[in-house]
Amino acid sequence: MLQVDDIHVYYGGIHALKGISLKVKERQIVTLIGANGAGKTTTLRSIVGLVTPKSGKITFNGKEIHRLKTHEIMRLGIGISPEGRRVFPNLTVLENLELGAYHRPPQEFKKDLEWVYSLFPRLAERQKQLAGTLSGGEQQMLALGRALMSRPQLVLLDEPSLGLAPLVVEEVFETIKAINEQGSTILLVEQNAMAALHVAHYGYVLETGRIVLHGTGEGLLKDERVRKAYLGE
Amino acid sequence: MTTKIFLQQLSNGISLGSLYGLVAIGYTMVYGILRLINFAHGDLLMVAAYTAIYGITLFSLPWYVSFPLAIIITGIIGILLDKCAYKPLRDAPRISLLISAIGASFLLENLALVIIGGVPKAFPRPEVFAKVIEIGGIRIQMLTIYTPIITLILLFGLLYIVFHTKVGKAMRAASVDFETTRLMGIDLDRIIAFTFLLGSSLAAAGGVMWAMKYPQVNPFMGVIPGLKAFIAAVLGGIGNIVGAVLGGFLLGLGEILLVAFMPEMAQYRDAFAFAILILVLLFRPTGIMGEPLVDKT
Ligand SMILES: Nc1ncnc2c1ncn2[C@@H]1O[C@H](COP(=O)(O)OP(=O)(O)OP(=O)(O)O)[C@@H](O)[C@H]1O
Ligand SMILES: [Mg+2]
Repeated sequence: MLQVDDIHVYYGGIHALKGISLKVKERQIVTLIGANGAGKTTTLRSIVGLVTPKSGKITFNGKEIHRLKTHEIMRLGIGISPEGRRVFPNLTVLENLELGAYHRPPQEFKKDLEWVYSLFPRLAERQKQLAGTLSGGEQQMLALGRALMSRPQLVLLDEPSLGLAPLVVEEVFETIKAINEQGSTILLVEQNAMAALHVAHYGYVLETGRIVLHGTGEGLLKDERVRKAYLGE
Repeated sequence: MTTKIFLQQLSNGISLGSLYGLVAIGYTMVYGILRLINFAHGDLLMVAAYTAIYGITLFSLPWYVSFPLAIIITGIIGILLDKCAYKPLRDAPRISLLISAIGASFLLENLALVIIGGVPKAFPRPEVFAKVIEIGGIRIQMLTIYTPIITLILLFGLLYIVFHTKVGKAMRAASVDFETTRLMGIDLDRIIAFTFLLGSSLAAAGGVMWAMKYPQVNPFMGVIPGLKAFIAAVLGGIGNIVGAVLGGFLLGLGEILLVAFMPEMAQYRDAFAFAILILVLLFRPTGIMGEPLVDKT
């Protein structure tokens, strides 16, 4: 479904991605783990066209997307919950969700909204509240819900568990699994390597702009190096 | 001063203020989305006024065709202004944008000077607006009555668009976060173009009414009302649409009443407006209705 082929990204003189290649197959959960500054967010930003790789190729459903504009890429069927949530604080919960569905046919809206509300009942209770006044966890749910409102084939999640209480983290991962079982393909960026590898079918380990390891979720969980570096053993 | 004269002045103040307000909306909308003071905005009054004149004199259109046409054309010129002067600078530092705005303003003024010339042109005043009526002993021109009414109608129309339509939602989203707006699959450039279209059309409506009020049109006619409207936008709280209109009303009323109560101060009218600007910036930079705006990345 998604294929990233040897992309290089520079920020001025900083060589942030030094040849990243990865594949996300339909109906999988694929996770990208790595330390701070490894290049996880940069990888997602390249996929959605917010940064342009200097070289390399990105294809989505067989179509080259790395030269398209961001809104064109998203309309192909990609949804994202960006790093730091980025809900629109001056808009209500409902308006945020409506924006998530911006390019969907209007007659689908009610159905999609009900689906998102069934995943996050909390959002239904607070639909008239300004998103800026939600708690951090609620904002995270809103960012996730907003990404799902476009009924994307591929969902990109950048650290959805950041800053959440342990119980809520568990909930978020349950939801990710549920969404996946309902047919969405997911590329999940996480600091919480343990939880991410548990839900993921496949994983990539990123270190200073390079992929140093990849394998099935289970395989990586057992890997000596992963356990040392990311699971703190 | 008699009550009669006072009421007369009051109506003048409201009418002048609503013109400031109409033009101020454009400043505030563009600021809200680009964090840019669009210094070329005032010149759109001049563009609209000339376009309306030529519609009538060159193409013999009736005013009720020529005026709306001038408003639409000016709206489109607003979009072109963004495309040529601001869009290439989207990722540039804010100060480059500001310099470009000042350049665009000079360009418009001097283009008009070269093409049309500096001799003021008389603006046609249709009978509907020029007619004078008497209410309770005070004589008022219909234009004075229509101006605030038209302003309020346009204001409510605009508020409807911004708060109750899909594109309005996208505008409000873009005013806080460009990147995330694009991540919603929204074509940001179209949203910005639409913002310029709305703001410039309102300025054009203001320009046509301004030209009827002061029917001498010249290439620099937009400068002073433009600056006054900018002050009104800051006074109301820049970024806030209702605030812009409120600021416009207050400034217009303030100016007229200053002159009415202290005729000897008449020549300080503009100084009074700029003093207000300085005071607001010193003591309440967010204006009357503004909330502190976050700096956008
Ligand atoms: N806009 C930018 N300008 C300059 N350097 C940047 C920029 N964005 C990221 N970088 C650098 O690129 C590298 C990768 O950053 P990135 O945000 O992709 O890391 P990350 O893996 O998502 O980290 P984290 O887990 O902390 O979110 C870092 O060294 C970072 O400092
Ligand atoms: Mg990151």
